[in-house]
Amino acid sequence: MEKAHFYHALKVVKEVCIGCTHCMNVCPTSAIRVKNGLAVINKNACVDCGECLNACPVNAIIVEQDDFSQIFSFKQRVALLPTVLLGQFPNDISEKQIYSVIQELGFTHVYEVDETVDILTEATNTYMNKHHQERPFISSFCPAIVRLIQVKFPALVEHIIHLKPVIDISALFYRKKLKDEGFTDDEIGIFYVTPCAAKIAAVKSPVGEDKSFIDGVINMDFIYNKVLLSIKQNKTSGSKYELNKHMSRRSIGWTLTNGEASQYAGRCLAIDEIHNVIEVLEKLENEEITDVDFLELRACDHSCAGGVLTTENRFLAIERLRKRADWYHRNKPIILEEKEVEKYRTYLLGNISIKNIEPRSILSLDTDMMEAMKKMEKINRILKVLPGIDCGACGAPRCQALAEDVVQGKAKMTQCVFLQKMLTKEGLITPQESFDISENTWGVKRFEKKSLNDH
Amino acid sequence: MGMKFTFVIEGGNFSKAGTASSEVKKILKQLNVDPKIIKRTVVSLYEAEVNVVAHAFEGNMNVEIFPDKIVVRIEDKGPGIPDIDMAMQIGFSTATPEVREMGFGAGMGLPNIKKNSDRMNISSTINVGTQLEIVNYLK
Ligand SMILES: Nc1ncnc2c1ncn2[C@@H]1O[C@H](COP(=O)(O)OP(=O)(O)OP(=O)(O)O)[C@@H](O)[C@H]1O
Ligand code: SF4
Ligand code: SF4
Ligand SMILES: [Mg+2]
Repeated sequence: MEKAHFYHALKVVKEVCIGCTHCMNVCPTSAIRVKNGLAVINKNACVDCGECLNACPVNAIIVEQDDFSQIFSFKQRVALLPTVLLGQFPNDISEKQIYSVIQELGFTHVYEVDETVDILTEATNTYMNKHHQERPFISSFCPAIVRLIQVKFPALVEHIIHLKPVIDISALFYRKKLKDEGFTDDEIGIFYVTPCAAKIAAVKSPVGEDKSFIDGVINMDFIYNKVLLSIKQNKTSGSKYELNKHMSRRSIGWTLTNGEASQYAGRCLAIDEIHNVIEVLEKLENEEITDVDFLELRACDHSCAGGVLTTENRFLAIERLRKRADWYHRNKPIILEEKEVEKYRTYLLGNISIKNIEPRSILSLDTDMMEAMKKMEKINRILKVLPGIDCGACGAPRCQALAEDVVQGKAKMTQCVFLQKMLTKEGLITPQESFDISENTWGVKRFEKKSLNDH
Repeated sequence: MGMKFTFVIEGGNFSKAGTASSEVKKILKQLNVDPKIIKRTVVSLYEAEVNVVAHAFEGNMNVEIFPDKIVVRIEDKGPGIPDIDMAMQIGFSTATPEVREMGFGAGMGLPNIKKNSDRMNISSTINVGTQLEIVNYLK
């Protein structure tokens, strides 16, 4: 078992949450319940995919972020930008402007994360040759997918490529580079601008690493607003693309769908959106899909262009990024950064492995199989009594989930509104008791007297 | 003591092939069975399920889970297998071109079941049906 504590950046804001069940019903790992009129997220089951945030009608689910001023506790302050950030801005804003505004916020260096992609593709090729018996290989790119496999597909954990994702390779690279320039470890702060909650979880509770290589995370929408605000206030314009740097097509396309799968030989599949991924993982587990070499799996629709902290329409962002890639490809400006990475290739390749990724199934009813069997029998008995309409009025997403919660001691059968009615009719509970139970699930506020004539 | 589950398998409906084995997989995961044993079991059940879909008219999958083993009986009504030894050979298949079109019919199913189970018994009566028993030990 890994650390018992899992960090999640997604938070339910109590004052805003109306306990409406939208989030509960969309969560792919059934991590959410409604209690006392509020959505509650089970930390062991949550994989940070952000589906709940997208479903919330009142924006009660937010992505918590580190205090920005923390960057100033470091002498050297590196901002690592995800390439999708550059796709968020209107066409008339130049890359130079974006970079300089971010620098003005207080960073001493601004880099794009995906500049070290070539190191990873090389390491991945070597890895796949060496561990060919672990085929099909699953990319470690999306932290939400790594977590999804840990909790729901424990048998597939060993298929995950045990190599650092690009974000960590870049962090390692820039840290080493600054150290070689004479700065000490604690003078260097590396900050990642994140398009999603999953990357934050990966930084705060890393899987397969003892500690993260990133010192802090900044939400992408925060940076987006800062840049737009600053540009709107003093509009200067220049050429759209940077002339003294080069981003390869491969780097720019990396976080978009097919960014990885297009880079390897053999049969490679690119699958985005978490439900699509779950469907494929089910098939993979049954060996209904065989003969696949590499799987690129991403939680968001259209991959990181659909991350929960993106602001631009994903299709427009992708179009811009493709244009950008084409421009660099056509104009091949001076290849500066790439050469810089070359000097560190051996160092980075030597530090690219990660340790074991532990399975931590949330599905098993009990670690002891006999106990699990007893619990399953109880669940099946309870299910015969429940109405089977999955209304959610008990605060659990499905009747099956309520039955499981009951057996695990996390809920009471009487939370079922149908059972309440029957028990009341038969005089087994009083109307007051039935009312109290509903108040416990939905909160006192929900039952405040409303008159039909009030508007 | 054990737990029993039964699933119906529809002959000829390839779009549903795999649902019974997926259900069994869900149950085994809930019972905290070792992922490696789950995988072996589900792979063999999937092959057996597809055989009913591809070669028979209708069938049942009966699953019994004991503390020390999983016993699955897949019984179908169908043409039966005239020569079981031959059917067990790698690459032997009587699959129609349409079935091959769907990616089945490599003659790998039965050998794969044998590989992924601890015990396998198969019996068949021509024009009546086939019974396949798969046993996997949990320890
Ligand atoms: N339930 C069954 N009823 C009738 N015939 C069967 C049944 N199961 C297998 N067979 C026969 O045995 C042969 C070999 O089965 P096997 O599962 O090994 O290969 P396949 O089903 O033809 O192809 P594959 O499983 O690789 O897609 C089949 O082609 C079929 O003739
Ligand atoms: S982030 Fe995803 S897994 Fe976590 S509670 Fe929300 S929907 Fe569920
Ligand atoms: S697809 Fe990208 S943005 Fe979405 S969760 Fe995964 S890493 Fe984050
Ligand atoms: Mg077969």
